Amino acid sequence: MFYRETGQFKTNYADDMAVFPILQDRIGIGLILAVAFVLIPLTGSNFLLSSVMIPFLVFSLASIGLNILTGYTGLISLGTGAFMGVGAYACYKLTTLFPEVNIVVWIVMSGFVSALVGVLFGLPSLRIKGFYLAVATLAAQFFLQWCFTRIPWLYNYNTSGAIEVGQRTLFGIDVTGAKASLEARYMVLLTLVTVLTWVASNLMHGRIGRSFMAVRDMDIAAELMGIDLLKTKLLAFAVSSYYAGVAGAAMMFLWYGGGEANDAFNINQSFLILFMVIIGGLGSLIGSFFGAAFISMLPTVLKFGLPALGIPLAGATAEHLTYILVGALIIFFLIVEPHGLARLWQIGKQKLRMWPFPY
Amino acid sequence: MTRESIQKGEVLLAVDQVSLSFGGVKAITDVSFDIRKGEIRAIIGPNGAGKTSMLNVINGFYHPQQGKITFKGQTRSKMRPSVAAAQGIARTFQNVALFKGMSTLDNIMSGRTLKMHSNFFWQCLRHGPAMDEEIRHREFVEDIIDFLEIQAIRKVPVGKLPYGLQKRVELGRALAMEPDLLLLDEPMAGMNLEEKEDMSRFIIDVNTQYGTTIALIEHDMGVVMDLSDRVVVLEYGRKLADGTPDEVKADQNVIDAYLGVAH
Amino acid sequence: MDILFKVLIDPFLQMGAMPDLFVQTIWDGFVTGVLYALIALGFVLIFKASGVFNFAQGIMVVFAGLTLVGLYEMGLPAPLALLVTLGVMFVLALAIERVVLRPLVNQPDIILFMATFGITYFLIGLGELIFGGNPKQMITDQLFLPRGAIEVKMLGGFVQFQKIDIAAAVIAVVMIVALAVFFQKTRIGRALRAVADSHKAALSVGISLNQIWVIVWFTAGIVALVTGIMWGARSDVSFGLQVIALKALPVLILGGFTSVPGAIVGGLIIGIGEKLGEFYWGPLVGGGIESWLAYCIALGFLLFRPQGLFGDKIIERI
Repeated sequence: MFYRETGQFKTNYADDMAVFPILQDRIGIGLILAVAFVLIPLTGSNFLLSSVMIPFLVFSLASIGLNILTGYTGLISLGTGAFMGVGAYACYKLTTLFPEVNIVVWIVMSGFVSALVGVLFGLPSLRIKGFYLAVATLAAQFFLQWCFTRIPWLYNYNTSGAIEVGQRTLFGIDVTGAKASLEARYMVLLTLVTVLTWVASNLMHGRIGRSFMAVRDMDIAAELMGIDLLKTKLLAFAVSSYYAGVAGAAMMFLWYGGGEANDAFNINQSFLILFMVIIGGLGSLIGSFFGAAFISMLPTVLKFGLPALGIPLAGATAEHLTYILVGALIIFFLIVEPHGLARLWQIGKQKLRMWPFPY
Repeated sequence: MTRESIQKGEVLLAVDQVSLSFGGVKAITDVSFDIRKGEIRAIIGPNGAGKTSMLNVINGFYHPQQGKITFKGQTRSKMRPSVAAAQGIARTFQNVALFKGMSTLDNIMSGRTLKMHSNFFWQCLRHGPAMDEEIRHREFVEDIIDFLEIQAIRKVPVGKLPYGLQKRVELGRALAMEPDLLLLDEPMAGMNLEEKEDMSRFIIDVNTQYGTTIALIEHDMGVVMDLSDRVVVLEYGRKLADGTPDEVKADQNVIDAYLGVAH
Repeated sequence: MDILFKVLIDPFLQMGAMPDLFVQTIWDGFVTGVLYALIALGFVLIFKASGVFNFAQGIMVVFAGLTLVGLYEMGLPAPLALLVTLGVMFVLALAIERVVLRPLVNQPDIILFMATFGITYFLIGLGELIFGGNPKQMITDQLFLPRGAIEVKMLGGFVQFQKIDIAAAVIAVVMIVALAVFFQKTRIGRALRAVADSHKAALSVGISLNQIWVIVWFTAGIVALVTGIMWGARSDVSFGLQVIALKALPVLILGGFTSVPGAIVGGLIIGIGEKLGEFYWGPLVGGGIESWLAYCIALGFLLFRPQGLFGDKIIERI
């Protein structure tokens, strides 16, 4: 009744091709952005910012990256964690070498280094398909992870062997380092995510997105229509790794505030992001957000939610139970809706359009 | 252009003594024929005669071991499929090869990929040149949608469409490439009479309205004989006969191949 | 030039200078390779019969080993513990078929692949919850597995063969032969091969897919148990094994996802290649290359033969 496009006529193609052609959707997006940009930083608690919102945003960015590769182009990658690492180390090197350039610039630029590395490891994708490619990307994961720990130049010969995030400012406000406030870090991250999501949406709605999906759905037909498979796949690797790289840099500089590669960018991280993409919905940007929210918040919810329900948990047992529950939930969600949360969202919208009538 | 003038017209594509084999299996042996500009050329033959392989050779998906292919005066022995597409060869497939996850509109739009040139930067912003280009091509695609009478399914994911409509969308996608040579691989397979009539009408309209040269594979002899200007018959990878429908119908070899020979 | 010498010539000189060490390295690689091959074997069985890229094979190895040791520690005699563990693996196969495979039939491969991730997480949690997360000692003696080493004097030095390694190799060979006989000679084996060729065709002649899946997952479970015992006897039983189990993936690339001989040959190539690489070339770049060398060997190989060692040439059709 409230969610209907009746009466909203499109008189030109530009309107019809808009990302959100329905007025109610545009209002909804406006509201979400208002809450994210104004309400949360003003009223949100430290817990909300540090344990919920910041991890959620970082993972959203990484899952958008992987979704472009796996969901839109159909190339499975198990090396996202490593590509995030490339971004983090690139950002670290760049900001140490050129401390006078603003950190936010370097976070954005570090993605390009990651994109370059992504293209390199994407080269086999022309000859290798499906799970064979997935295993091939494990080569990237383990090789890069090895580089992170064995090449001291990357971590500036720190004795800790880890990235140490220095103090950097934007417009005179600390955004990284120990003194940076959660709000400042959150706002920088949110802006990055918003802009990059908009760019991803633009790309996926145009020629490039269509050629990605063409390669995914029927690569032979795409090739016979003049879509160059190698170029398209490499572009997908580049764009995807760019997003992963920025996510990695943001993770180190805006969330962790420093850390070691083997913890942050290991194979489990790659798997986790693949979960987000699948649970959220392959080939859907909004699904990436759903998946990131679901997987990144699940441990927190279980940790605080179960005791609240009267199920007391001791440290180690809680961790084991979390594993069991995560495993069970993954299977459950795959069975209920293999197309992910994004599909549920679509069905919900469809129902809303009909409401109050059943059909 | 009258049908008679086409018959004597210039050659658009010539296949010259092409042979193709997979390992020890010979798919095509020493086949030569040509396709003239503006004509509808049919390739017929029993199952496994090498018809689809022939189309695959023409648009560069298979590389023949021997022989040459001349398209628009350029002679080659092998080429990449994307190059063939860029030179103006489009095709449809025996088993519908649409992009299942995309809408009808996006499928046909993807046929315009080769004609779209706006750079990556503008693509990121989806404004300015990128958007202008998008709208320009959308208009072209809408013409095709009107032509094929598929307005109602514009935004439906093609995976959900019935088979007959999918075939139509696939034709639309090929037309979006504005090809000089259109290869149709069994465009009417699995259709009922009504759908066949529709498809025949579209093929004739494409040929007469846009002047597109068409090469088609089809098993329905009635359709083939009605539509095509000239027919080439393949059997076991060899050329059996070549000529106008009437000539082919009267050819003893063809009759033997289709009806069997009394031994 | 110096670098070229160090990479291209020096390692071979070292091999020639100390042939006993060279043989030792190859033997170590061989045994590791056998164990990789066993994990890959369990994987191939499942992929052939149900088309599932079973990421959980590694954790099944850990889980089986852990259950065996855990039950023994709880006071069961070793033979009984072994039987009960087999029972547990059967129940696991039954549960996976019932809860995971059956509802997900006909879904895209990647969905099934993700479901096996779910199984992995579930088994990690369950295993740790019941048996604790600490590494455990494999009950080698109780299972009548040999200990100690044989030293053979050869090539101007000594080469050490651990008895448990020899046993592992022998048991692996026996198991592979048994599986081959099972597949070729029995009615169930024939049904399995039919299912591997085409699910639909198998269904149409009255083969029960569900039954076949249980059998296959159970077989993979037995393979996992044997792998777990062998591997556990060489080091210990811990969840760290799971990462090592990832090494079975390059083996699969090399051998092809559906080829049993491929899994074995691939396992040996990866095992030996990895050990030689680490020992002779590793020091040049600071060591630790074992973690990725296998993947790079497989990747390089794949670029020249995308269908794997034993696969047929792929002809794309439209």
